[in-house]
Amino acid sequence: MQLTSASQTDKHANVALALEIRGIQKRFESFTALHNIDLSVYQGEMLCLLGPSGCGKTTLLRIIAGLESQNAGHILQGGRDISNLPPAKRDYGIVFQSYALFPNLTIADNVSYGLVNRRVNRQEIKARVQELLTLVGLPTSGNKYPSQLSGGQQQRIALARALATKPGLLLLDEPLSALDALERVRLRGEIRRLQQEVGVTTIMVTHDQEEALSMADRIVVMNHGIIEQIGTPQEIYEQPASPFVADFVGKINVLPAISLGAQRFRTGQLELHCEGCDHPAGTPVNLYLRPEDRLLENVTSQTPNRLNALVKRIEFLGGSCIAEVSCSELADQTLSFHFSLNQMHDYDIRVGQPVALALRASRIRAFAQG
Amino acid sequence: MQHASTEKTFARSAEGFLSKLNLDALIARIVLSCILFGLCCFLLAPLWAILVNAVLDKQGSFVGLTNFIIYIQTPALVQSAWNSIWVSLIVVLISVPSAFLFAYALTRSCLPDSVKAIFRIIALIPLLSPSLLSAISFVQWFGNQGLLKPLLSGGSIYGAPGIILAEVYNTFPHALMILVTALSLSDGRLYEAANALGTNAFRKFTTITLPAAKYGLISASTVVFTYVISDFGAPKVIGGNFNVLAVDVFKQVIGQHNFSMGAVVGLLLILPSVISFVIDNVVRRKIRAQLTARSTPFAPKPNRLTDSLMGLYCLIVCTFLLGVIGMALYTSLIKLWPYNLSLTFDHYRFVLFESDIALAYTNSLVMSGITAVSGAMIVFTGAYLIEKTPRLGLMRPVMHFLAVLSMAVPGLVLGLGYIVFFNNPHNPLNFLYQTMTLIVLSTITHYYTSGHLTAVTALKQLDNDFEAVSSSLKVPFYVTFFRVTLPVCLPAILDIARYYFVVAMATLSCVVFIYTPDTILAVIAIMHLDESGEIGPASALACLIVLTSILICLIYSLFTSVMLARTQKWRNLART
Repeated sequence: MQLTSASQTDKHANVALALEIRGIQKRFESFTALHNIDLSVYQGEMLCLLGPSGCGKTTLLRIIAGLESQNAGHILQGGRDISNLPPAKRDYGIVFQSYALFPNLTIADNVSYGLVNRRVNRQEIKARVQELLTLVGLPTSGNKYPSQLSGGQQQRIALARALATKPGLLLLDEPLSALDALERVRLRGEIRRLQQEVGVTTIMVTHDQEEALSMADRIVVMNHGIIEQIGTPQEIYEQPASPFVADFVGKINVLPAISLGAQRFRTGQLELHCEGCDHPAGTPVNLYLRPEDRLLENVTSQTPNRLNALVKRIEFLGGSCIAEVSCSELADQTLSFHFSLNQMHDYDIRVGQPVALALRASRIRAFAQG
Repeated sequence: MQHASTEKTFARSAEGFLSKLNLDALIARIVLSCILFGLCCFLLAPLWAILVNAVLDKQGSFVGLTNFIIYIQTPALVQSAWNSIWVSLIVVLISVPSAFLFAYALTRSCLPDSVKAIFRIIALIPLLSPSLLSAISFVQWFGNQGLLKPLLSGGSIYGAPGIILAEVYNTFPHALMILVTALSLSDGRLYEAANALGTNAFRKFTTITLPAAKYGLISASTVVFTYVISDFGAPKVIGGNFNVLAVDVFKQVIGQHNFSMGAVVGLLLILPSVISFVIDNVVRRKIRAQLTARSTPFAPKPNRLTDSLMGLYCLIVCTFLLGVIGMALYTSLIKLWPYNLSLTFDHYRFVLFESDIALAYTNSLVMSGITAVSGAMIVFTGAYLIEKTPRLGLMRPVMHFLAVLSMAVPGLVLGLGYIVFFNNPHNPLNFLYQTMTLIVLSTITHYYTSGHLTAVTALKQLDNDFEAVSSSLKVPFYVTFFRVTLPVCLPAILDIARYYFVVAMATLSCVVFIYTPDTILAVIAIMHLDESGEIGPASALACLIVLTSILICLIYSLFTSVMLARTQKWRNLART
């Protein structure tokens, strides 16, 4: 995996825009679901709309699909204004959480549903259906009915049906949330592979941050009808633009602190250095720190941002553990840190034992409180 | 007038959408507007006409509440209101508990499934018979020459006792169906929890079973009460000089041509219907909310004593029920009770071929057939359009309200409204008056609610995103309607058609006001035969109705099972 985030963003400089969303607003009675949403979707990318329920991500998807109408704003698809077109006049395929496969039609009839209407001849349809079934890895299920397939298989058929007419845009509405955990992880990779193979521009709605992180080219984090941050998965994770993003994506420790100026902060009796975060002296802030952003090797009393921690509780996760520690300088505040199982052994991390660690100055993010 | 302006509003709202929506949406709105217009013409407008009539005198000038005051000052009329109420209450008190016990036996005993199925079928037979049939049968059992007359020790069956008996028979299956549903919706885990806590049987019954069935009991009671208070057939035959509201409406209108007073009584008759309709609606919503997805069905454990007691009870009830229909059948097959008991088909020959009412049975068949087919189509289309068309705005609640309102209007009142509304020479729809078309439309309207709810339930089980997926695939909504929605909902549509056929065969109260000698129906013919003392032919015709309905139900279940096997094999397929 390539970890240079900057190059991914730059890459779009000479890629065509597939979809432009300009100033979209949506109100339901007195409730505003979307405030002025601006978003560009690039040709061939996988974009994830991520956020808690009620953040407006599904509403935005449904507006793109023409299933809801916006109160203001425009949508351009390939330069064409589609803002007020009915769904049938837009160019997209869609997969719903419930799959929405027609129960009384065979798998082949489901997949060819949109083709039949275009008066394509029967042989071509048959060939296309077979091609799609092979693409989604279910080449022999054409004569079965949806109820004979597992949830994951049904989802792949729904995907094949949506791709059958070669749409310019693929919309996925929580496509994996009706599946059990194992199937979900398997299908994540599958959908991503398919999307890249076909090269179709895709917008996926999800509330599952792991899903977004593992599948997306870019993630749009939404909350209360606004976009909090747009970026590659790595940017979102490493450089959250707001406390909300920091909180919502991945696990994170929060420490209330006061800025001392010059990238230094005081929390409890501890003085921490945070690279790249400056606030005027005296500003109350919250420091955000991921559980894995700690140093264990060669920590001495001279190491900056050093903690004297005491292990209070250990949550065993298999190959790794989360250790909850307290430290005297921080009074009652506890912090969670992530260790591999090997580190647990090597550094003798056990409940009741002290452990010497330091916080990575480059990874701590400071946001002003309130 | 009123419906015309409503229609204009719909047209305007449809126009507003034209710019934004495509042809599909327009077609959907036009069709839906037609159905709404129909409901306005055949449900709202007649009701409005009654309301207007109640405040006019015989010459047609406005008299305010004078008619109501005259009504209150007429002791005979007030007496029949009171009669209606107490008779209905007694029927509720008999019918609901006995149906509850029967439903309990069907859902909570370990009687063999086949036995339960037979009990159930026997208990549901009254649904297929016109309400006149039970009254005729009780006259045969307990009337002046009745077989069991001595049991009354000098009392008379004519009047309240007869009405009560006949109505208990008629309402039993209605109460039973609701209570079976209520009792089978129980959560088995609650009983297991109670057992784990060492709860005795009586306490389990009072703390789990009864509270769970509470809404079912309320719902059954209101349904029975409304049925009895608005039923016309049974009191007409067995009521004697005992007056009730429903018969009063008939007497005022047909007997005295006093439409204003008829309208006043009709409005009074709507009152209990509307009240119980509201109660029933609230309660039904609660029943639905009661069961969570996590509930597990209750599985009864065998108990020889209670099982055989419940079986015995069901057997007794079934004997009574069969005794009623059996007496009607027997009467139709013998020459003349009680003088000549030799068996004969004369009565059947008479009503089918020889008498001047020979038309009646064929008319009923034709009317029921047309009602079944067109009714099922209209009802399903209406339900489909309001369920699956996005952004309907006001049309949706208005349509739903009208669809459900029809249940709250007693047939007799609706029929009265039809005379007043369609007989008016200034009404452009006047040409419908005295036609079979109007009879069909009145029956479709009168029984709209039940079919509508069946259709909505079936449609709600379809994925809401089918239409969205179709439009993303550029498939017009009507293609999806014919390729997916219709095939998936076919069992429900057939069920609606069968329901329409059966109720159309047995309905009396609405059509009694709008038939002509040419469009006379079997049920009306039964009423006339009974009036002229021709009990044999009356029973024969009543039995023909029941047999026809049984036949239709048999054909229906045969057809659906064959069809399910053929075209619906996607149902019940196991994963492979």
